[in-house]
Amino acid sequence: MKQDSSSAEQYWRRNLQIIFSYLVVWFAVSFGCGIVFVDELNQFNLFGFKLGYWFANQGSILVFCVLTIGYAVRMSRLDSEFDVHE
Amino acid sequence: MSLEQLTYLFVVGSFFIYIAIAFWSRASSTREFYVAGGGVTPLANGMATAADWMSAASFISLAGIVSFAGYDASGYIMGWTGGYVLLALLLAPYLRKFGKFTVPDFVGDRYYSNVARVVAVVCVMFISFTYISGQMRGTGIVFSRFLQVEIDTGIMIGMAVVFVYAVLGGMKGITYTQVAQYCVMIFAFTVPALFLTFSMTGHLLPQTGLGATLDNGRPVLDHLDGLVSELGFASFTEGSKSKVDMFFITAALMFGTAGLPHVIVRFFTVPRVRDARISAAWALVFIAILYSTIPAVAAFGRINLIETVNGADNKGTPYEEMPQWFKKWENAGLIAWYDHNADGRTQYAAGDAFTGRQHKPIYWGAADDKVARNFYFNQRHVVNPSSGEFDPQVQPFANEIYVDPDIMVLANPEIAELPDWVIALIAAGAMAAALSTAAGLLLVIATSVSHDLLKKTIRPQITDGQELLAARLAAMVAVLIAGYLGMHPPDYVAAVVALAFGLACASFFPAIIMGIFYQRMNKYGAISGMLVGLISTLCYIVYFKFMGGEPEHWLLGISPEGFGALGMVLNFIVAYLVAHLTPEPPKHIQQIVQNIRVPRNNGSAYY
Repeated sequence: MKQDSSSAEQYWRRNLQIIFSYLVVWFAVSFGCGIVFVDELNQFNLFGFKLGYWFANQGSILVFCVLTIGYAVRMSRLDSEFDVHE
Repeated sequence: MSLEQLTYLFVVGSFFIYIAIAFWSRASSTREFYVAGGGVTPLANGMATAADWMSAASFISLAGIVSFAGYDASGYIMGWTGGYVLLALLLAPYLRKFGKFTVPDFVGDRYYSNVARVVAVVCVMFISFTYISGQMRGTGIVFSRFLQVEIDTGIMIGMAVVFVYAVLGGMKGITYTQVAQYCVMIFAFTVPALFLTFSMTGHLLPQTGLGATLDNGRPVLDHLDGLVSELGFASFTEGSKSKVDMFFITAALMFGTAGLPHVIVRFFTVPRVRDARISAAWALVFIAILYSTIPAVAAFGRINLIETVNGADNKGTPYEEMPQWFKKWENAGLIAWYDHNADGRTQYAAGDAFTGRQHKPIYWGAADDKVARNFYFNQRHVVNPSSGEFDPQVQPFANEIYVDPDIMVLANPEIAELPDWVIALIAAGAMAAALSTAAGLLLVIATSVSHDLLKKTIRPQITDGQELLAARLAAMVAVLIAGYLGMHPPDYVAAVVALAFGLACASFFPAIIMGIFYQRMNKYGAISGMLVGLISTLCYIVYFKFMGGEPEHWLLGISPEGFGALGMVLNFIVAYLVAHLTPEPPKHIQQIVQNIRVPRNNGSAYY
């Protein structure tokens, strides 16, 4: 089936929105919580961890996993929605 | 069965498995040799990517680095996992859709230029050879530590094994051996970590055990912070590096990870675009299992080390009462003791116990030389003790101990008093980590030579069979060079690794990203951007690492390890400006860009 260019453009725009929102989270947990605001967060305690340290050594990894899994699932749905799946 | 026999059994047994797998899945065409025929399932590719990525350094050294640097090392943890978010979101799906064999392939085709292709090949070679020499060295070190074989002999054995299965099996062969190697290494890393966590905290998982409360009623990390500050060290959970520097180092490692050719090429091996996304997620999950365990191993290891060396009363432990593992690794040259205050007790605190380059001990005589032992306490003689001065305001005694960071993983099973088979497993796991990464790099080098240089640039008329032969020959030559580099390592290995990441970050990452997301980017912009990123990063690292540049002159306080991130920004800016001053790319290139953005292949509709 031939794709018309406007729906391909729309698909791409939606994809860019999704990527952008995921990267905001990616940046916030690693560079934000893990580095820039680490001292402020370290004043809080989470199950025996200083919160900032936890983000830098455990939390960011966990969120990264959730992000990549979420993106794979979300994009599979978007592919079907725009009928561009393989 | 003795420990040595068990270790031989595990290591040799795993070699046979790898070679058997490679024989069973050997490559018979260039497509199989380069991208495993494009038929690898996302789960298998995720495991293979994880094994490819986690090198001897991740397996043996990283926990030790985290153990001694604490929060300051979290740039490695975040950088080397966060890069996979970038890969999954920004690179893997589109490069898979592009559907060629190599990274220089993409750069050369997208920027319709053989100059761009050759620049990319040079970067690939530099990054990959840097890395692979470290892996060959790693196999040699594992042999020498666990099996009492000379390092050079160990490297030759490692070369022979990689040679057989990478040259024979190609990408198809190494993919399935990497799956097996991932299983071996993750088992070898996590089993001792689980036992260690359980014995110290009663928790099953290292990830939660790190937040647990110890027998003395204090949380693990609080206890550790207290221990290290009493001894004059910096806090474990808080950093001493500047935030700007942390930021740039983490960024360089993250974007560098996403720009490493041997990782990117793994995503060419899955059948569909959505499989590329799914396998990137799997890869990160498999990597996360090891990386999220590392901080726990590091913290427990440091606590154990301090409490063993300094004793319960914090006055030091008499040498003859030190546990067996301490003496074993002293004999292996990874631990040394010089009795600065001559009380016969080992003491560990801040400061260097030894002088000279890197403050490593220089032993007098061999480990089994009875004469080279101290007359009173029978420890190994060391000829370069430091002055032993210390500030009594800061710490109770001078540091008398040298500990190689690798101890944190290597000695773990012994510290936790685990059975011999677990120790043997660590050897097999470390070997798997080194071999899997070496094989992946080898393939990237071979492919660059046979495909990008020979087929695409110098002699386009060669047949598929000739190209396959060329790829195998290139892999053979690359094994020999890698082995040579492993036996004669440049003594600035760590600095060179910073260079590899910095270059991947400053050259490849921007070129690929703009190739996908910025249709207007043309060859002039891309090539000038890559050259600016490459040259600025190279100059900065060479000046500060090899020509004696002083840290106070760092630009904006950014260390050489983090400069790649700034080089990347320069690359983006220069490429954007140049692209706007030069003609836009031809129509058929813009069509390619449109085409890679959509998963389904619409054939002629987009070309």
